[in-house]
Amino acid sequence: MKGGKRPIVEIENISKYYHRDSQTLAVLEQITFTIEEGEFFTLMGPSGSGKSTLLNLIAGIDKVDGGTIKVGGVDISMLSETQLARWRAAHVGFIFQFYNLIPVLTAFENIELPLLLTALPRRKRREHVDAALNLVNLAGRMDHYPGQLSGGEQQRVAIARAIITDPTIVVADEPTGDLDRVSAEDVLDLLDRLNRELGKTIIMVTHDPRAAAKAHVVRHLEKGVLL
Amino acid sequence: MFPLKLVVKNAFRRKVRTFLTILSIAIALLAFGLLQTLVNSWYAGANSASSYRLVTRNAISLAFSLPISYKDKISQIDGVQEVTYGDWFGGIYIEEKNFFPNFAVEPRGYLKLYDYLIPPEQSASFLRDRRAALAGCKLRDRFGWKVGDSITLKGTIFPGTWEFMLAGFYQAGVNDIDETQFFFHWDYLNETIRETMPHRADQVDFYLIGVKSPDLATKVSLAVDKTFKNSLAETLTETEKSFQLSFLAMSDAIIKAVQLVSLVVIFIIMAVAANTMIMSVRERTAEYAVFKTLGFGPWPIMVLILGESLIIAMTGCALGIALTIPVKNAIARALSDYLPIFILNTKIFLYYAIASVLVGITAAIIPAWRAAKVPIAEELGRIP
Repeated sequence: MKGGKRPIVEIENISKYYHRDSQTLAVLEQITFTIEEGEFFTLMGPSGSGKSTLLNLIAGIDKVDGGTIKVGGVDISMLSETQLARWRAAHVGFIFQFYNLIPVLTAFENIELPLLLTALPRRKRREHVDAALNLVNLAGRMDHYPGQLSGGEQQRVAIARAIITDPTIVVADEPTGDLDRVSAEDVLDLLDRLNRELGKTIIMVTHDPRAAAKAHVVRHLEKGVLL
Repeated sequence: MFPLKLVVKNAFRRKVRTFLTILSIAIALLAFGLLQTLVNSWYAGANSASSYRLVTRNAISLAFSLPISYKDKISQIDGVQEVTYGDWFGGIYIEEKNFFPNFAVEPRGYLKLYDYLIPPEQSASFLRDRRAALAGCKLRDRFGWKVGDSITLKGTIFPGTWEFMLAGFYQAGVNDIDETQFFFHWDYLNETIRETMPHRADQVDFYLIGVKSPDLATKVSLAVDKTFKNSLAETLTETEKSFQLSFLAMSDAIIKAVQLVSLVVIFIIMAVAANTMIMSVRERTAEYAVFKTLGFGPWPIMVLILGESLIIAMTGCALGIALTIPVKNAIARALSDYLPIFILNTKIFLYYAIASVLVGITAAIIPAWRAAKVPIAEELGRIP
């Protein structure tokens, strides 16, 4: 394991249930583990195993039914919706399988979006976005709309958007799931660079063994239980 | 500014739908404005009524006349400055479709009581000749009349063919004065009917009284009616405004219906705009989930939707204003014979703006609330 310093994510006995009609379905049961700062952590498992749910819980976009999740020392299971929104803005960068860029905004504007929630002046925001665009090697496409970019380019824009606020953790849900092999490789290399060169803690969910090969730690989830 | 750009781009993402919504808002505002203008024009006569003028008529109804002998008695009442009188003539010019109001009046007093703009030589000519008539300038424009023309009216209330010499034209001294009226000498009418229908001679439909001060209006009204109490023709005296409004009261239900329709129009556009916003937000639910994932709280998301709704509503407002003036002018031209005073009150544009802001806010409330409450994990799970 590379770069492990201190636990950045501490998960203790968390459970998550879904309710459908009168039935209660356990998605995650008594999960406990930690992720260390600067780690490239990957969760693998079959469809329906609960890995995306676990990622959502760590990213603070879903709530646990039991147990606690601490990220950077903050127990996010205790935060209200509004507090969670503020916390996500400052501490989480999210990379989606289908990029989820805003179609009416240019690449530059999509990357700038999270910075609108900060107090940064326009000039500073511009500097940050330029740096992020250079990092993902898309400076020449900054004025292009998502519809004018390839899948791989869109995902790189999404990565730039995820890291623009310098978050505590970067979570990625199947980031190569919608990409061809070459683009997927580019995206994985980029995530690897973010981890190695910038020390970003990356938590990734994937089906793809090649993606998992980039990670320092790979854990498997099956039927809601961490193996 | 980038957030504003996002709001504008979102508003015009579905161009056809947004354009149709803007158009429906504009047309609804136009309908509201024109209906309000119609109502205002209905009341124009009452609005132009002077607080210095009183109208005296038969207490039973306007269909009954008053003796001409009342004039001297009214003139002697304290506070009265001027007394004149007249008859509704109801004559037809060539054919019925050429309708315009025409009155037989006592000309000297009448011209003193009303602020008409008349060239002095035309005014003198009108007063000098018993067969002279004075017409509003809109009648001149409508029929191409010239000073000195001979005008023939076919009597309906006073049978026969009546010939007049057109002495001049008047223009309104103030905005709300009707410029489609036609006046001639009451003496001319009376002399003729004295020969043909003597029992109807020396009678007038109404007296117009000019008071020295508006404060005296009530006192003079009471004094006039008291003077003729228990006579064969008791009087009812009221301010010119009350007199006009009593006429309008007959069509009060229609006016109320028109006002109600103009308000219903506003509610309809609220529903149309709300429908557009609900559809737009529903289509973009996943995007709002992304916004929330990025850390946008409920308020910024609600502001984005509210801004979008306001932009659509205010664009509709601007288009509505742009359409109102030419459409109003076209209607005023087309209906000038029936609605001589069809003047747009510019305050209506303030109402447009208020209505548009209300529509924008109302239409955004439900979709904004829904978007703010989007369950992130559930919505992200549906993508694409």
